[in-house]
Amino acid sequence: MSSRRPTRIVGRPFTRVDGAAKVTGQTKFADDLALPRMLHCKLLRAKVAHARILAIDVSKALAAPGVVAVATGRDLPVPFGILPVSQDEHALCPDRVRYVGDPVAAIAATSEDAAFDALDLVRVEYEPLPPVGTIEEGLAPAAVPIHDHGDQGNIHKLVAMQFGDVDEGFARADRVYDNTYFYEGNTHLALEQHASVADFGPDGKLTLWSSTQTPHYVHRALAKVLGMPASRIRVIATPNGGGFGGKSDVFNHEIVVAHLSRVTGRPVKICLTREEVFYCHRGRHPTLMRVRTGVKKDGAITALHFQTALDGGGYGSYGVASTYYTGALQTVTYRVPTYRFEGARVFTNKPPCGPKRGHGTPQPRFALEAELDRIACDLGLDPAAIRREHLQPANSLTANYLRVGSMGLGACIDKVVAASGWKKRRGKLPFGRGLGIACSSYLTGAGLPIYWNQMPQSGVQLKVDRGGGVTVFCGSTEIGQGSDTILAAIVAEILGIDPLDIRLVTGDTDLTPVDLGSYSSRVTLMTGNAAIQAAERARELIAGAVAKKLELPPERIGFAEGRVFDVENPEKGMTFPEAAVAGESLHGTLGTVGHYRPPPSAGRYRGAGVGPSPAYSYSAAVVEVEVDPETGIYAVPKIWIAHDVGKCINAALVMGQVEGSVYMGLGEAMMEEMAYRTDANRNVVHKFPSVLEYKSPTTLEMPEVETFLVEDPDPNGPYGAKEVGQGPLLPIPPAVANAVYDAVGVRVDEVPVTPEKVRRALKAKAQGKPARVGPERFPAVPYPEPIHVRTPEEGGDGKAEDAPVTAAGGVR
Amino acid sequence: MARRREKLPPDRSKALVAMTVNGERVEAPFEPHKTMLEVLREDLALTGTKHGCELGECGTCAVLLDGKPVLSCLVLGLECEGRSVETVEGMAGPEGLHPLQKAFADLGAAQCGYCTPGFLLTAKALLEENPRPTLPEIRQALAGNLCRCTGYVKIFEAVELAAAWLRGEAAEPRKESLYGYDFDESGLLPSHPGPVGAVLAAAREAAVDEGGDKPRPYRAKAR
Repeated sequence: MSSRRPTRIVGRPFTRVDGAAKVTGQTKFADDLALPRMLHCKLLRAKVAHARILAIDVSKALAAPGVVAVATGRDLPVPFGILPVSQDEHALCPDRVRYVGDPVAAIAATSEDAAFDALDLVRVEYEPLPPVGTIEEGLAPAAVPIHDHGDQGNIHKLVAMQFGDVDEGFARADRVYDNTYFYEGNTHLALEQHASVADFGPDGKLTLWSSTQTPHYVHRALAKVLGMPASRIRVIATPNGGGFGGKSDVFNHEIVVAHLSRVTGRPVKICLTREEVFYCHRGRHPTLMRVRTGVKKDGAITALHFQTALDGGGYGSYGVASTYYTGALQTVTYRVPTYRFEGARVFTNKPPCGPKRGHGTPQPRFALEAELDRIACDLGLDPAAIRREHLQPANSLTANYLRVGSMGLGACIDKVVAASGWKKRRGKLPFGRGLGIACSSYLTGAGLPIYWNQMPQSGVQLKVDRGGGVTVFCGSTEIGQGSDTILAAIVAEILGIDPLDIRLVTGDTDLTPVDLGSYSSRVTLMTGNAAIQAAERARELIAGAVAKKLELPPERIGFAEGRVFDVENPEKGMTFPEAAVAGESLHGTLGTVGHYRPPPSAGRYRGAGVGPSPAYSYSAAVVEVEVDPETGIYAVPKIWIAHDVGKCINAALVMGQVEGSVYMGLGEAMMEEMAYRTDANRNVVHKFPSVLEYKSPTTLEMPEVETFLVEDPDPNGPYGAKEVGQGPLLPIPPAVANAVYDAVGVRVDEVPVTPEKVRRALKAKAQGKPARVGPERFPAVPYPEPIHVRTPEEGGDGKAEDAPVTAAGGVR
Repeated sequence: MARRREKLPPDRSKALVAMTVNGERVEAPFEPHKTMLEVLREDLALTGTKHGCELGECGTCAVLLDGKPVLSCLVLGLECEGRSVETVEGMAGPEGLHPLQKAFADLGAAQCGYCTPGFLLTAKALLEENPRPTLPEIRQALAGNLCRCTGYVKIFEAVELAAAWLRGEAAEPRKESLYGYDFDESGLLPSHPGPVGAVLAAAREAAVDEGGDKPRPYRAKAR
């Protein structure tokens, strides 16, 4: 249990430790770095979506003025990929290109202009192959599959699992609903374009500075592809100018500049154009979903059957995990006693999809929350109440063996219902205005690392010097979310010093113990727990020494406000630097370590690795819309959001994460889409790889946001803290769609909910057709027989049954 | 930088341009096709000015040219001859941070900090013209600057706060913007509801047996 002692720093809003550097422009992002003798790199990218490379001629480029080196796929033949099961990428395509933008050659030159000019001189001969542009095309038999790995044809991954007696659950239901939904892909659009600088030194050691969220995984991939010992490679994650998941993969350009630096013996830099950033992508998977829900008349779910089909783009990336995530977290919000999930990911000739804020869960969350709204309206129930009354209890195991600890969703719903005037206003506003509600949950860190190992997922080293200086070393990566500030706050809290007095060394594979990276909302919980352990060990050493000096028992020693003192007589004591001297005099050089490893998953079935987390955050949101029924154009004047963060480490940072998530969710809900078209040559090309045409909300679209922080501390969290960076995005898209229904009585079962779709649905309604826009059908997917796992309620042990139970009467 | 431009003419002899940057007179030789953004970052080593598209779409590279906000990626360096440029590096003075900078830092209006310089300078131009802007006026003035982290909420609040400070008012951040509404800011943890379920407890035991770390809450050392 967490301490009830009032904290001095933790929980309060305070200025982030990197705030001054950021507002003065002094934060050094990757493209701000320049080294003597540095070369500049540009990548030649494919202009065809799917083709064999027959020949590449770089001789003219190599002879161009300023060009120092050229690389092609032949130079870097070793494949890589973020997941051990999907090692399907090459730094430069050796024999095949799989999307418009796939890199085939790289130029290093004395200036960026010279490198750019030389791109035109590279001759590539292609043999076009039929491109695959959609999920349906990806499911069809393929003459030339995009990859030779995967489950069948262009189907990368098929998963099927069943928890409990789903057929019995449906039989028990008073009503069964069956609907299809679609969530369009969208991208991170971090404002910093990816950049990297590589420096292969005369000592045979390589340093790579890169805008990456995951320096540890980049480190591993570099060692593999370059064939170098990892001990000679140092990856430094520069502060990211926004990440949102878009910098959590290993990218071609990171490996290419490292290679070119090794070849030339000079530092090499690359900064991608905005267009190239669109091609790197790794964003939200376009996802088709079919949801079958069995419910009692009071809205209690008896069975849930979820089918998903993801458009993965040209490479594996995180896709296997993404696929599982589209089925993992449906069970942690409302009671789902029996559950079947079937998921599929197909390869298409488009930029690869991967993790974006919410990774694989906003799509099913949209479908589930829209479905619940439908069900509530159909049963004549209040959509807020149908959720509030059927919550998954705190301290429970879900049907798919996710361990729910603290669970503040009820409090979140109560806050937004009260503040929005839900009971008086929902369903009662004039035509054209409406309110919609939705809820969500997200992981506080994935339970498993990306590659199987038993080592800690986060480590902290702490050094106290005799001047009273405290340095914290941790592999965590500052992407704007405030990870440095959290580390400083926790160590400062325990040692009783000012967060600004702490020096932080983070995201450097040479200097810091591994932290797996800034993804899956894992950092506050995992580095926080590691920091607590390291700081408490330092505190114990120093307290012991001070206690000896003051001739007191160590438990009487307190730390606060830069002093170490007798808690019963606070005048008696010394400054923190004096205490550090006492500590070093007694113990020798002061250094401590701390680490964190999440508890293992309760599930023991195949696929149980995706979904478990030390703690789950919860959010509820009410969105208000004003729809013009003539045009379908709508505005969002206000959003109410409540988020159960467990415990704020820094309340101001928590607020910023909630508001930023709401914004990003609203962008997805209203306008953002990675849309493609097929050109005259059957090429699948991005419609608008530019910031101007990829519409995202500006200051004029952003509504007023009324935020409520709910603290339901989780025993696994540092001071009870849970995640906040991703969860509050999730309820926004379904709440927008539900609000549109409340306003004008039509369902848009697709994200984004564009004015055009609203208008189309209104037209259909006026013509007496179903008042709905959305996918008409779910494609035939060759899902395998599901593995069958008995739920905890049925006395299951988390393992799959030996013989899969045939789903008699199931939908196929 | 991340150039993507038409092929350059072969003659690339440098131009020598004199301008005032952050109050200092500078002379810089650079290739005449270079944008002001490139000159600032590459020839004057003022990397505080960032870029997000280099096509005039995102507002990230905004600086002040003769006091007016411009997108430095759309202005040629040559056009700055004899003119006055202000970048984020020129905002803080010997007395410390500019009130806008302080308000942005205090409220968390800078998260990743990448769009921040552009917002700060655009906001500075607004407040110099209009010391008491309404929220719609702030929204309008900043509509050309994209931020992907904050949802703009803290940026609006920071501009309002800095405007008040610049008017000489003793303004403070609103409690709701730092803690949210209805928040108990005592810092005391509420007690955790309910007993730990039997299955969960068993799973925890198993976790400990298998080497997972025990939940390690903060222990109070001094009572």
